[in-house]
Amino acid sequence: MELSGAEITIQALIDEGVEYVFGYPGGAVLHIYDALSKREDQIKHILVRHEQAATHAADGYARATGRVGVCLVTSGPGATNAVTGIATAYMDSIPMVVLTGQVPTPVIGSDAFQEVDTVGITRPCVKHNFLVKDVKDLAVTIRKAFHIASSGRPGPVVVDIPKDVTDPNIRIPYAYPREVSMRSYSPAQRGHQGQIRKAVEKMLAARRPVIYTGGGVVLGEASASLVDLVRSLGFPITSTLMGLGAYPMSDRQFLGMLGMHGTYEANMAMHETDCLVAIGARFDDRVTGKIEHFCPHAEIIHVDVDPASISKTVRVDVPIVGPVQSVLQDMLSILKELGGKPDQTALDAWWRQIDEWRGMDCLRYDRGSGLIKPQFAVETLHKVTNGELYLTSDVGQHQMFAAQFYPFDKPRRWINSGGLGTMGFGLPAAMGVQLAFPDAQVACISGEASILMCIQEMATCKQYDLPIKVILLNNGYMGMVRQWQEFFYDSRYAHSYVDALPDFVALSNSFGHVGMRVEKPDELEGAMQEAFALKDRFVFLDVIVDPTENVYPMVAAGKGHHEMQLPPTMSDRELA
Amino acid sequence: MRHILSMLVENESGALSRIAGLFSARGYNIESLTVAPTDDPSLSRMTLVTCGNDDIVEQIKKQLNKLIDVVKLQDLADSEHTEREMMLIKLKAGRQDREELKRLTEIFRAKIIDVTEISYVVELTGASRKLDAFIQAVPEGLITEVVRSGAIGISRGDKGLTL
Ligand SMILES: Cc1cc2nc3c(=O)[nH]c(=O)nc-3n(C[C@H](O)[C@H](O)[C@H](O)COP(=O)(O)OP(=O)(O)OC[C@H]3O[C@@H](n4cnc5c(N)ncnc54)[C@H](O)[C@@H]3O)c2cc1C
Ligand SMILES: Cc1ncc(C[n+]2csc(CCOP(=O)(O)OP(=O)(O)O)c2C)c(N)n1
Ligand SMILES: [Mg+2]
Repeated sequence: MELSGAEITIQALIDEGVEYVFGYPGGAVLHIYDALSKREDQIKHILVRHEQAATHAADGYARATGRVGVCLVTSGPGATNAVTGIATAYMDSIPMVVLTGQVPTPVIGSDAFQEVDTVGITRPCVKHNFLVKDVKDLAVTIRKAFHIASSGRPGPVVVDIPKDVTDPNIRIPYAYPREVSMRSYSPAQRGHQGQIRKAVEKMLAARRPVIYTGGGVVLGEASASLVDLVRSLGFPITSTLMGLGAYPMSDRQFLGMLGMHGTYEANMAMHETDCLVAIGARFDDRVTGKIEHFCPHAEIIHVDVDPASISKTVRVDVPIVGPVQSVLQDMLSILKELGGKPDQTALDAWWRQIDEWRGMDCLRYDRGSGLIKPQFAVETLHKVTNGELYLTSDVGQHQMFAAQFYPFDKPRRWINSGGLGTMGFGLPAAMGVQLAFPDAQVACISGEASILMCIQEMATCKQYDLPIKVILLNNGYMGMVRQWQEFFYDSRYAHSYVDALPDFVALSNSFGHVGMRVEKPDELEGAMQEAFALKDRFVFLDVIVDPTENVYPMVAAGKGHHEMQLPPTMSDRELA
Repeated sequence: MRHILSMLVENESGALSRIAGLFSARGYNIESLTVAPTDDPSLSRMTLVTCGNDDIVEQIKKQLNKLIDVVKLQDLADSEHTEREMMLIKLKAGRQDREELKRLTEIFRAKIIDVTEISYVVELTGASRKLDAFIQAVPEGLITEVVRSGAIGISRGDKGLTL
């Protein structure tokens, strides 16, 4: 089979089993688009309205399915627009392949029209990138890109393709390589057995153990094994923002999220634990707080496929480099073989202490308010959707409220930008999710500031009939910024008030969608029911919420887990 | 502590910038960096001198190993090794200073490789510290120009950094 570079590009994607390409055309990729147009029976292209959205949509697709998300953008501004989405995927270790057009090889370096050094610009925010200089290297490079993106610690890979490499008149024999061998890339396949045994022994000897899991459990498809391990040990478990849902959040053993906006019980348990088992989590500063105060009494076990994650910010006692799924399996079989049980008396006492912390009810809020509280909106969303949503999020208070008040019981249901915290992520990510699961209920929770950052994607949703529900927690402020200004800048709200907001109902209508607004607590449930009853329509629900609400608990930057700020509704006596 | 990291890297155009970029992005120190081809045309040998406490150097090595272009890495500080750096140094050599500079060159086992009426170029090879010492020893005001290759190193014994 002889194919041109453009045809090879498309054929390689088809051979990879790619279902959707999210993209936007331009000069440097026109040969590729022409080749694509002849193969749309086998691979579908989704035309976004901004390249940032292409990357977030591919990312959302990847987070929901576990498969590699794919984008296609042109050179220059197409590539630079994609950078935010590439960095977003990089920070959260999301497998993605981004094909960027480049100016023809003979003019590279001459400041040609729409030329940027894409490989240079993206280098710090990709797992790897390639510039393909010869059509003969194209197929194998694409194969390598998919292999790198999806193995080990996943991440985005950019393949920069100069226009002459896709020349329709130059045809070469094509065969897609099934295997690639790369002498300098071989991610860990299994953890060190001696270390795993040591970890299990320490877990069995622990008196106040805590399991702390993260996005790695989701990425590594290890939920079922995690549940087995946690249930068989009877240990308390907490999770980062990125790992929510890997262990059922409504289960009694789950303490809620930990970290800056984590629960009192999760953070206090971290502070008091004598044995911390970190699984697929990377000790982010939002989680650890001040390192000197982090888990002061604990021996730390850390399972991670990336050796560079281990002892990066917090020094650990038992490092285990390996994929979570295989390490958890090994732990389970060693447990069985040892036949040991944790010290039940100690564990009972530990649980009594945890239940006492739980009794503080750190997520309580004013339920008697005449305004819609954002927490109440999320609780209502949970009720109306039976906890079955795929929920994407933008960035801000609404994101934290969703994480605190929507208990996800399955992995890959909670889709948000944690590491980069990219406003504008939510809506395009929801497009990727809805395309992956056309029959699923998909919603995007957002704020009135965030949603405007990719609002143009309402047009894409119209074109492809994506029945996403946008739940806008409209507090009129960049709430998360306002909260920091209230706490740390004596309530000087410098530029965190979004003046001149659009009428979101009319705006949705103008894009051809249903728009609804709700302002009273007692109308909220009905409005949400109505929105979700419109099964084949995109609905934008503008929920006017209390503009002054803050996210609690909060561990301020530079503080320890035990120094949480709790909601003001708690009286001082209760705190003492 | 100072560490000499010796690496075999893919002989590809992006490799050097990936490594240099890693150091600037993560705020690591580079004291010197040298790259040159090896006997295997697909590989370059890169020697990087850095310093930092054990935790930082450990993290540097992990991050370098993660780069797909880095095929193999060795920390020469982990074992017995030999280190060499070359320096070419141009000195103001007026009549009154010539004797002193010649003596210095002899003491350091350096070579004078270029001479004019008023200048010497001296070539000196050795561990980086020896080069520092030479610079220190040159009388004030006589140095016109210094060029150093950056350190390279190799482990002692029969084992080599190979694939
Ligand atoms: C406004 C805002 C507030 C936030 N507040 C909080 C907060 O209160 N609490 C909180 O937790 N986060 C919070 N975050 C998110 C935070 O910034 C980090 O993104 C998050 O804590 C990182 O989660 P993680 O440790 O699970 O790491 P991830 O980024 O999910 O990294 C996954 C880790 O698992 C490893 N891994 C991947 N695949 C595998 C595998 N197969 N096997 C083994 N290991 C694997 C990776 O190498 C990596 O180390 C907030 C973010 C924002 C934007
Ligand atoms: C692209 C981008 N710019 C700036 C920020 C900083 N930031 C974090 S939260 C936030 C405010 C978000 O406001 P809104 O979307 O209304 O959400 P709310 O906090 O009110 O729920 C800002 C500006 C960011 N995270 N991303
Ligand atoms: Mg807001």
